Amino acid sequence: MAKHFLSGNEAFAYGIRLARPQVISAYPITPQTIVVEKLSEMVEDNSLQAEFIHVESEHSALSCAIGASAVGARAFTATSSQGLLYMAECLTYAAGGRFPIVMMNANRSTALPWNIYGDQRDSLSLLDCGWIQAYAENAQESLDLALMGYYIAEHKAVSTPFMANLDGFVLTHTYEVVEVPEAAEADLFLQPYATENKLDLSNPKNLAFSVGPDHNTAFKYKEHLGILRAKEAISEAEYKFAKIFGRGYTGLIETYQTEDAEYIIITLGSIAGLVRETVDKLREKGEKVGLLRIRYMRPFPNEEIASTVKNAKAIGVLEKDISFGNEGTVFTNVNSALQKVGLSVPSSNYIGGLGGRNISAQEIEGVFEALKTEKRTVSFLGMEGEQP
Amino acid sequence: MMVNIRWHGRGGQGAFTAARLLGAAYSSHENQYALAFPSFGPERRGAPIQAFTKLDTKPVVNRSEVNQADYIIFLDDTLFTEGILRELKADGKVLLNTKQSFDNSRILTIDADSIAAETLKQPITNTIMLGAFAEVFQGIGIQDIQEAIQLHMPAKLHDRNILAVQQAAAEIHREVVL
Repeated sequence: MAKHFLSGNEAFAYGIRLARPQVISAYPITPQTIVVEKLSEMVEDNSLQAEFIHVESEHSALSCAIGASAVGARAFTATSSQGLLYMAECLTYAAGGRFPIVMMNANRSTALPWNIYGDQRDSLSLLDCGWIQAYAENAQESLDLALMGYYIAEHKAVSTPFMANLDGFVLTHTYEVVEVPEAAEADLFLQPYATENKLDLSNPKNLAFSVGPDHNTAFKYKEHLGILRAKEAISEAEYKFAKIFGRGYTGLIETYQTEDAEYIIITLGSIAGLVRETVDKLREKGEKVGLLRIRYMRPFPNEEIASTVKNAKAIGVLEKDISFGNEGTVFTNVNSALQKVGLSVPSSNYIGGLGGRNISAQEIEGVFEALKTEKRTVSFLGMEGEQP
Repeated sequence: MMVNIRWHGRGGQGAFTAARLLGAAYSSHENQYALAFPSFGPERRGAPIQAFTKLDTKPVVNRSEVNQADYIIFLDDTLFTEGILRELKADGKVLLNTKQSFDNSRILTIDADSIAAETLKQPITNTIMLGAFAEVFQGIGIQDIQEAIQLHMPAKLHDRNILAVQQAAAEIHREVVL
């Protein structure tokens, strides 16, 4: 294991190289560009043996990855924002076809107004497409998710594509210390992709077919079970990962100081680090606060969230997303998790960081403070004076 | 205690490269961590840009831009106004590439342009200001900067940049540290 100083994009590219994909198809878009640039350099200098296909659009990038996966190849692509939305049609093809593609998405705001900076509206608006969705906090976790993504996606019980989300710029373009595993260790962790779900001349079969009303529900039910089973595959992957690389992860969520916490912020992605630091600061003053970081939005950590927050006085969901006309999508999902087990912990929603706007330590402290009195509200950070 | 460094330069002057080299050099030691990032946005040659390096003995998690800096480093004095001192911590320092002199103990100056002309043969001052910073900061060795240059810059640039770093460190030592 060697220590490097890498950006999130570069770290992800290093992780992908260790996973030895056979086909990479991509179309560049800010702030994803560097991950595919880096991979194309690796293919050029022969440190990665893969077919690199520079396609003409994101729709084709994912179509191409689906085609590669359908002949049994390990495939990778990456995108962001409008590019992800443009390939949305293909997302359901990949999921329904049970093609275990790994895709990196650099989380970026959606138009209009046109904006290249980070928020999570792009991927969160596509939760229902049948993909596993993971959210990285830092460059190390990004690299690790690139490797673990294939393990989980290709797991026989899962066979579901995997989307790893990195916050645009604040994670994709920020340099930090990253431990890069040796190729030999990575090969111990991840075996080559082997599947029967492929076009094969010696064993001809039909793939990606039509299914009418009689059997369609059965297919969709199996697709649902596959992504639910990812939960066990994630545990298995993390157990094996920790044994080989000595770095542990905690499944669908990560908790910090939640055991006795009265007030808990639930969030996802790279802002979690600053929330954790704020928890430390407030704990020094004797305030019982904690952090729950969602690592996977699909499969959704219903039981994990409910059991973590069951004794809290109030929770705040801090997210870089708004489902217009309702509330943040993470908030909706969290409330559903509580309701399913009959929990009535007051919850509030804080929408921040849209279009790359900074979320400051002071604002996070403000959320913890507001949780003491504010109950069951939806508010936008920085818009407090506005009339609804 | 985290040290916040903000770099000011123009697109093409290599401010972010310097920010990144500093982070790489510092974090090459055990239990030292760094974050380095540019002000995000479209890249335009000649337009003012900022870059940031945060150094700490524990992982750096605050990814926000630096509003109150321990050090503000200017590669180009056309970007400098004394109003910037408001964004400097009370015991912070400005490190400025200029031929002018200032009667203010918070502003340290070095004529990096002359070192660049003599040693690099081109008006690029990023590694020179990095060398000057290392000498002033003391929390990082010139040797660390040299190793970061060797690891992260193209091979043909190594020798002259390392020489420029050494010259900058010697000059700021004569002018300021002594």
